Amino acid sequence: MTNHWVDIKNTDLVLIMGGNAAEAHPCGFKWVTEAKAHRKARLIVVDPRFTRSAAVADYYAPIRAGSDIAFLGGLINYLLSNDKIHHQYVRDYTDMSYLVKDEFTFTDGIFSGYDPDKRKYDKATWGYQMGEDGYVKTDPSLQDPRCVYQLLKAHYARYTPELVERICGTPQDAFLKVAGMIAETAAPDRTMTVMYALGWTQHSQGSQMIRTGAMVQLLLGNIGVAGGGMNALRGHSNIQGLTDLGLLSNLLPGYMTLPGEAEKDFQAYLTKRSPKPLRPGQLSYWQNYPKFFVSTMKAWYGDAATPENNWCYDWLPKLDKTHDILQVFEDMNNGKMNGYFCQGFNPLASAPCKIKLSGALAKLKYLVVIDPLATETSEFWQNHGEFNDVDPTQIQTEVFRLPSSCFAEEDGSLVNSTRWLQWHWKGAEPPGEALNDQEIIAGIFLKLKAMYKKDGGAFPDPVLNLTWKHKQPTHPAPEELAKEFSGRALKDVTDPKDPAKVLVKAGEQLNGFAELRDDGSTACGCWIFAGAWSEKGNLMARRDNADPYGIGQNLNWSYAWPANRRVLYNRASCDADGAPFDPSRKLVGWDAAAGKWTGSDIPDFKADSAPADGMGPFIMNPEGVARFFARDMMAEGPFPEHYEPMESPLANNPMHPDNPLARANPAARVFKGDWESFGSPAEFPYVATTYRLTEHFHTWSKHVRLNAIVQPEQFVEIGEELAAAKGITAGDHVRVRSKRGFIVAVAVVTKRLKTLTIDGRSVHTVGIPIHWGFKGVARNGYITNTLTPFVGDANTQTPEFKAFLVDIEKLPTRLQAKA
Amino acid sequence: MQVTRRTFLKVCATGVGTSSLTLLGFAPDTALAEMRSFKLARATETRNTCPYCSVGCGILMYGLGAGAKNVQGRIFHIEGDPDHPVNRGTLCPKGAGLLDFIHSDTRLTQPEYRAPGSREWQPIAWDDAFTRIAALMKADRDANFEAVNQDGSTVNRWNSTGFLAASASSNETGYLTHKVVRSLGMLAFDNQARV
Ligand code: SF4
Repeated sequence: MTNHWVDIKNTDLVLIMGGNAAEAHPCGFKWVTEAKAHRKARLIVVDPRFTRSAAVADYYAPIRAGSDIAFLGGLINYLLSNDKIHHQYVRDYTDMSYLVKDEFTFTDGIFSGYDPDKRKYDKATWGYQMGEDGYVKTDPSLQDPRCVYQLLKAHYARYTPELVERICGTPQDAFLKVAGMIAETAAPDRTMTVMYALGWTQHSQGSQMIRTGAMVQLLLGNIGVAGGGMNALRGHSNIQGLTDLGLLSNLLPGYMTLPGEAEKDFQAYLTKRSPKPLRPGQLSYWQNYPKFFVSTMKAWYGDAATPENNWCYDWLPKLDKTHDILQVFEDMNNGKMNGYFCQGFNPLASAPCKIKLSGALAKLKYLVVIDPLATETSEFWQNHGEFNDVDPTQIQTEVFRLPSSCFAEEDGSLVNSTRWLQWHWKGAEPPGEALNDQEIIAGIFLKLKAMYKKDGGAFPDPVLNLTWKHKQPTHPAPEELAKEFSGRALKDVTDPKDPAKVLVKAGEQLNGFAELRDDGSTACGCWIFAGAWSEKGNLMARRDNADPYGIGQNLNWSYAWPANRRVLYNRASCDADGAPFDPSRKLVGWDAAAGKWTGSDIPDFKADSAPADGMGPFIMNPEGVARFFARDMMAEGPFPEHYEPMESPLANNPMHPDNPLARANPAARVFKGDWESFGSPAEFPYVATTYRLTEHFHTWSKHVRLNAIVQPEQFVEIGEELAAAKGITAGDHVRVRSKRGFIVAVAVVTKRLKTLTIDGRSVHTVGIPIHWGFKGVARNGYITNTLTPFVGDANTQTPEFKAFLVDIEKLPTRLQAKA
Repeated sequence: MQVTRRTFLKVCATGVGTSSLTLLGFAPDTALAEMRSFKLARATETRNTCPYCSVGCGILMYGLGAGAKNVQGRIFHIEGDPDHPVNRGTLCPKGAGLLDFIHSDTRLTQPEYRAPGSREWQPIAWDDAFTRIAALMKADRDANFEAVNQDGSTVNRWNSTGFLAASASSNETGYLTHKVVRSLGMLAFDNQARV
């Protein structure tokens, strides 16, 4: 989230799209209720289903699953053609005046540089026109046909209300009603917050859906202001923290990236990630990358990381490709993997296409599952009747199941969706012989290290030299680890302006990332968390909920990254002169007398940079402004375009009916052999979408008695028209099939799913909750991801769980699900 | 001793996360009436965070027995933390069921092993499990570690074993896991952020 939960109370309008906060994030949704009650804020919900969020909305508009870019593109067109934009904001804080290369083109759904065989773009033309001074050329009058504004306008002019209705099934009057309400927030003293979740990420074009939403918010001047922002409601309690800490194939902590195998030269690696400003006077904060990188390597490898060995640069594995979970299961299925660890992750239930996953796991030599609960993954080899019909004697994988502690049995911190690092305390011992995760990792690692020390083996250096400074090596304490990622000075850290002045003494904890150095004098395991545990103590454990400004900024509650600031880009809440656009919701402002930015939040800016200096508010971008034109940063193009989901009820993309290359995302990765696993609308005529229930959490809470009591049995949801057409009545058992398998569930027939008219035809939607499996205390059921397709977003590879095709039939006799 | 609820909680917050009214040597007076002076007053209160969704609701866990050596603490009640600025004491149906997660019938309590082709689990001692897993890892790493690629560039990677991390685990676990996984040269590394 750019903003935070409590800040939602400051809004005038809430758009919930691609999420269902009332059911999936109930205690955060409370702040929507608060805004409605106390600010007369209004709530719009756009969703394929009339959810419980929709039930309390001021306005609900239906939409076909997977068509959100068409809807949002329609909004962009509406705002531009009705001149409902925040002019000052757009002019001063975005790239609208930047000139784009002449060679950049867009023809019938495909951008310049496409290679249809590789399904990839050569992005060389996706850039700016550069002046001789080394800066981007601009046209402040916005008249140049190559400026971003003109290109954007032309691109989205095609997204008319008629087209939105044709693709999304949203009636034109409903779309125009929503557009009109949203347009009102272009006024400097009005704002809107966008709340989205997996309903936007889990598509083959999910990243671009989110971008389109962000572009709407930029046009309205709603980013960086109280009550505004793009608010990703993340799924798990610490999914934010694990992403921040870089536990993804291609990342290092703090959004640094691993080198590719072609990056032999260390300096070139750093230079590429430390971009020079693209406009005069801009901060381009990533120029500090070398400080972040060197400090991480010092935290990991201590004295072994030296300037001579490039701080152990070559100790890091170099990427041949991104090994995301889909790629890994593809490789596993092809026999290229021998071992796999699942630490608190149940991929058999959480990744797409169960039959492929199950076959892949069976090809492993060893599988290690670390979990507090007995997961389906840990028993993929065991026969559980209709729910997991395998023959154990044919599966040669060695499986270890190691019991870990749960939240109540450990100390530590979690990062919530709003970037707060909140500390929690242990209240009891884990059951039986269970150990906490740190002890388990230590147990395995220390054995391995001892073997390498004794017997040698492949490249033992990083294993033997990994920092392990723990009072009890077999029990790395959370306090020790938190201090390590927060960072400390290895030598005295002095003020660059006055070398005689010592800012932090050797051995002390750092106050923040501004104190990091690239000469090896600081160690910090995750630069964005720097300062979370300083000499003042564990700031993550702070519990002062005072709100001195009355706008919900609890700066002394826990610790927010970066630098404890609560609203990202908050400089953009002020005009070019540094005065708040809306003084009644002031986050920061320029205090000329003091010569610095002050306010109710920590300024997301260079604190002493006067407005006259002309520094833009988006300091992480080398442009200093926000980008409508994404340059080469997205896989499928600089401007989002609507493509159909990989499995769509339409034979072609109504925007490009004659170009099969532009039917679905042209840059989405599809593995050989998986094309055949996609179904056609002739065979599978209904759109399916998966979702969570408010009473359950993934496949976890079915182990929990209370939740198993309130939602005991697997069901699917269908509309009345489809039910009538198929002769299904509420309570019947139905079989839902996709090209990849089937599930059996109870039918719930509702008015919440309406038949939509898409491109002239009726399209029905089947809603499928995700929570059942064959372990736990709830009634056993089928794994929902038996049905879902093995394809992901072209950028993130997040699987397309939210839009695919199924067929549904009533079962003649009630199947008795095993209790 | 006169304390308001808020200063009382601050007193507790400055020390460790757990406290017991009786341990602190005073019982709450009227200002603390809402603290439920019966069952919970004898309990140890521990602050924690709901481990399910990313709202990150504050919770208070009440247990008996914690603090004393060789006495198993047992959590018997969980409720929303009224001082938490986001949830202000509320919990949704997931958070409200947390007690049953801690005491779930399907909690794992001992390390287990399943041999190739076997139909069942068998218990294994921790040390044996660690040794066997480390040996499997080392054999695979030593056999398949790629120090240089076909172009002769240093790549130092181990692509035949992968690791999925948990986004309900703490930052401290995540940080330690990342260090270990990368030092071994693994690239097949992911967490639930992707799904
Ligand atoms: S109680 Fe509910 S809303 Fe709060 S963190 Fe837990 S799951 Fe999320």
